[in-house]
Amino acid sequence: MARVQLHDVCKRFGHVTAVESANLSIGDGEFFALLGPSGCGKTTTLRLIAGLETPTSGRIVIGERDVTDLPPRDRDVSMVFQDYALYPHMTILDNVGYPLKVRGVPRPEIQSRVGAVAESLRINHLLDRRPAQLSGGQQQRAAVARCVVHSPQVFLFDEPLSNLDAKLRLEARGFLKHLQKEVGITAVYVTHDQAEAMALADRMAVMSEGRIIQVGSPLAVYRRPETTFVASFIGNPPMNLIPCRLALADGSAALSTPSFGLDITPLRPRLAASLHNGDTVTLGIRPEHMTLCAESMPCTMPGQVYAIQPLGSEVLVLVQVDDTTIAVRLFTDDPPLQAQHVHVGLTMERVMLYDSAGRLAVT
Amino acid sequence: MTRESLVLSRRTGFLFLLPALFFVGVFIIFPFVWVFWLSFTNQTLTGVTAVEPQFVGLANYLRLFNLESWMDRGEFGNALVISAQFVFGSALIGQVGLGLLIAWAFHNRKGAVRETVYTLIILAWIVPDVVVAFTWMAFLDRDAGTLNAVLGLLNLPRVDWLIEHPVLSIILYNTWRGTAFSMLLFSSALASIPPSYMETAEVAGASAWQKFKDIVFPLIRNHVLTDVILITLWTFNTFTPFLITGGGPAYKSELVSIHTFRIAFQYFEFGRGGAIAVTMMLVNLVLALIYLSVLRRQEVRR
Amino acid sequence: MNQPARQSRPSLSHWIRFFLSRGAFALLVSLISAFFALPMLWLLLTPFNARGTLAVEIPAQPTLANFQRVFANAFAMHALVNSAILGLGGMLLVTLVATLAAYSLARTDVPGRDLFVYGLILFSSVVTGTAAMVPIFMMIFYLGLIDTHLAVILVCTGGLLPTATFIMRDFIEGLPRSYEESALVSGATPWQMFRDVVLPLVRPGMMVVAIWAFVNVWGTFLIPFILLRSPQNMPATVAIYSFYTEAGTPIITLTSAYSLLFGLPVLFLYLFVNWRYGFRFFGGIKR
Repeated sequence: MARVQLHDVCKRFGHVTAVESANLSIGDGEFFALLGPSGCGKTTTLRLIAGLETPTSGRIVIGERDVTDLPPRDRDVSMVFQDYALYPHMTILDNVGYPLKVRGVPRPEIQSRVGAVAESLRINHLLDRRPAQLSGGQQQRAAVARCVVHSPQVFLFDEPLSNLDAKLRLEARGFLKHLQKEVGITAVYVTHDQAEAMALADRMAVMSEGRIIQVGSPLAVYRRPETTFVASFIGNPPMNLIPCRLALADGSAALSTPSFGLDITPLRPRLAASLHNGDTVTLGIRPEHMTLCAESMPCTMPGQVYAIQPLGSEVLVLVQVDDTTIAVRLFTDDPPLQAQHVHVGLTMERVMLYDSAGRLAVT
Repeated sequence: MTRESLVLSRRTGFLFLLPALFFVGVFIIFPFVWVFWLSFTNQTLTGVTAVEPQFVGLANYLRLFNLESWMDRGEFGNALVISAQFVFGSALIGQVGLGLLIAWAFHNRKGAVRETVYTLIILAWIVPDVVVAFTWMAFLDRDAGTLNAVLGLLNLPRVDWLIEHPVLSIILYNTWRGTAFSMLLFSSALASIPPSYMETAEVAGASAWQKFKDIVFPLIRNHVLTDVILITLWTFNTFTPFLITGGGPAYKSELVSIHTFRIAFQYFEFGRGGAIAVTMMLVNLVLALIYLSVLRRQEVRR
Repeated sequence: MNQPARQSRPSLSHWIRFFLSRGAFALLVSLISAFFALPMLWLLLTPFNARGTLAVEIPAQPTLANFQRVFANAFAMHALVNSAILGLGGMLLVTLVATLAAYSLARTDVPGRDLFVYGLILFSSVVTGTAAMVPIFMMIFYLGLIDTHLAVILVCTGGLLPTATFIMRDFIEGLPRSYEESALVSGATPWQMFRDVVLPLVRPGMMVVAIWAFVNVWGTFLIPFILLRSPQNMPATVAIYSFYTEAGTPIITLTSAYSLLFGLPVLFLYLFVNWRYGFRFFGGIKR
């Protein structure tokens, strides 16, 4: 059963369209990420689900109820804000217990329920303090505690980790995922950090300029990005994108650039029918699917080493091919030299091809 | 069609605004409209014209702007000239000029000297009007006043400030009173200039005056403008000099605000007082419109 | 050409410039301090001087007798009470109305809101107390409210409201909306949100506005001067002008002590606001 559904939801602010024709179906107990650069509409979408904005058109369903016209308090959701929004004038106990207080839960019960949640989040020793006295990580857990305490149908997270430093962020990621799986409540999570979305989500939606571009599991999106935008957004370093010209014939296919030609005949059966001979296409290949060859071999491109970045676990070699700088991931103790002329080989099965509009043209 | 925003519904928002709308309507809009009407009548407080005021058209205005007599002592033109001198001296040169000078002199310094000077200036600003008026009457007194005492120490002649130089006296008073606002405003404006701008100029070899002229002033120009307009507006409308000179001697320091008071509350000629008030408001209007357009331009640029 | 850099000793002209600039600064500071401090000297010394004159004299024997005379003067004390009544009344009314209006302006989408704000700035700058004294008087007169405290409080409130509303609005706009939104998502009704979250957060701004309004009404002269008639209704600002001997000369000992007494609450309130909140609000009153 889908826990959250968006049907053709649009949101306009005056002349600006923040969200356009959003259709989503989020499963019960799923950890669903809304991912995209700033301004793509992901936060607006989250706020629409929360009820903090009303859609210009479309319908929103939570559980079995159409909540489109309901205010937030009637939707049975909870939300963690980017700045945590812990009320500075209340103790942590009062903060976490606030959703219970406004629902008329008697004080002793509030204390016991808050205590239980606080204990599982390891902040029960902080209940008497004010938010200003807590560290960033503790504040974040308090905000999560407030979110959990009244067992809503859906958790909503608006970039909750962006105010933490890098190390804390990694810890918090693990703890959030664990928590969500334990309580089994559907979660919708907004982030601009693709690594975070990949690490946390069961499924995600990549958004850009108000539109949902692709929905799928992290691995599916990683392996088959459906547009060049998604390809360059997911993955660090992102997928290499090289503009080429397609030479298409009945039994063969090849890509050519000013400096090289690449025979891609094995891919010929999978090429979309919309491609024609002479089309401008974009070749997409991930850095880990490339390697350096010493000699000119069938599947290679010539280039010149632009920079070498030893990262400890691997070496990232940036190679200048025509006008594009591509990244190659190497696991070697013997990296090439700066400005060395090299040949870059690629794994044919992993090649993605995008048409002139940036859409995936390979099945 | 947009539906209601959530933090506060439109209807509740309007209800919250209602008391303020009431006050603004009754005490700002209504007087504004009424005084226009009044200025075209011969309304007074007592006598026949109190109960049955007549419409006299522009008679009040003609009397105000009667070019033959308006510069006589105690007439409107005289008051205009005095107000102009007052505003120029105490607002432009005095408060804005002095405020800018002090803010610039102290903008990079910290410590006891700055705190003391600032505290003195702010004290002058927050003490109630009436109290300040008394202290200045004492300060400027011919026989016992502190100013003359200091002049005496420097072997300079004593001056009867309030009698011989009433306009200068109130200019000094008002400058003393109001400099704090400009000073604080410019202080915060100067503090918002990144130090690296000044340091770059210094390294390039600029003198203090060049730094001010080429870098600082262009950056704070807008603040100077809004400050000048605000201070001019407030200075033009201030009534407190009345407490020091009473508008005298012989109307020599009668500002437009004091003139309005005399006509309306000593002669009880409300119609004529209304005409003066309308003129004042027209001046205010010009200043306010300039101010708003400067604000608008700043908003847009932001 | 590798010559070692020659270390030049600061020239005489450099030292002259240095001392001149320091000297100029010191001169400026002295002049400014003198200008701002001298007039106040009289106020600080004369109340403690039994022989109160307009001159600044350090009293040979500082005394509190002048203050005792003030306390003994029933009329004077009553006038202070009147000032307090007016001040408190204005403070409460201004704070309440301004906060409500400011919240609405900051958080809602009332149609015509921008126009209202624009008009408010415009009209409140145009219709000042001095410009409006005639119609205000007539209006109060026709309402039969001459010589009442209520009239003074209402008129002062009307005059202070625009600025107070802008100060509160700026303050509220500075509060992150996430507090209120979080309360709504937590399940609070708008009223619960306002009571539990907004009011406590808005309190500092309200305090500053309240004190500012109090100080303004406490020290206002013109409005009570034209609207009040009977001596027993007069606030201190007006009463202070009635301390004359039968011969017609002002009683300086009384007046100076009274002035100081009257000015002290303002000083304390300023120190309090400065200590608690700093001067954050006053640098950018009208932005």
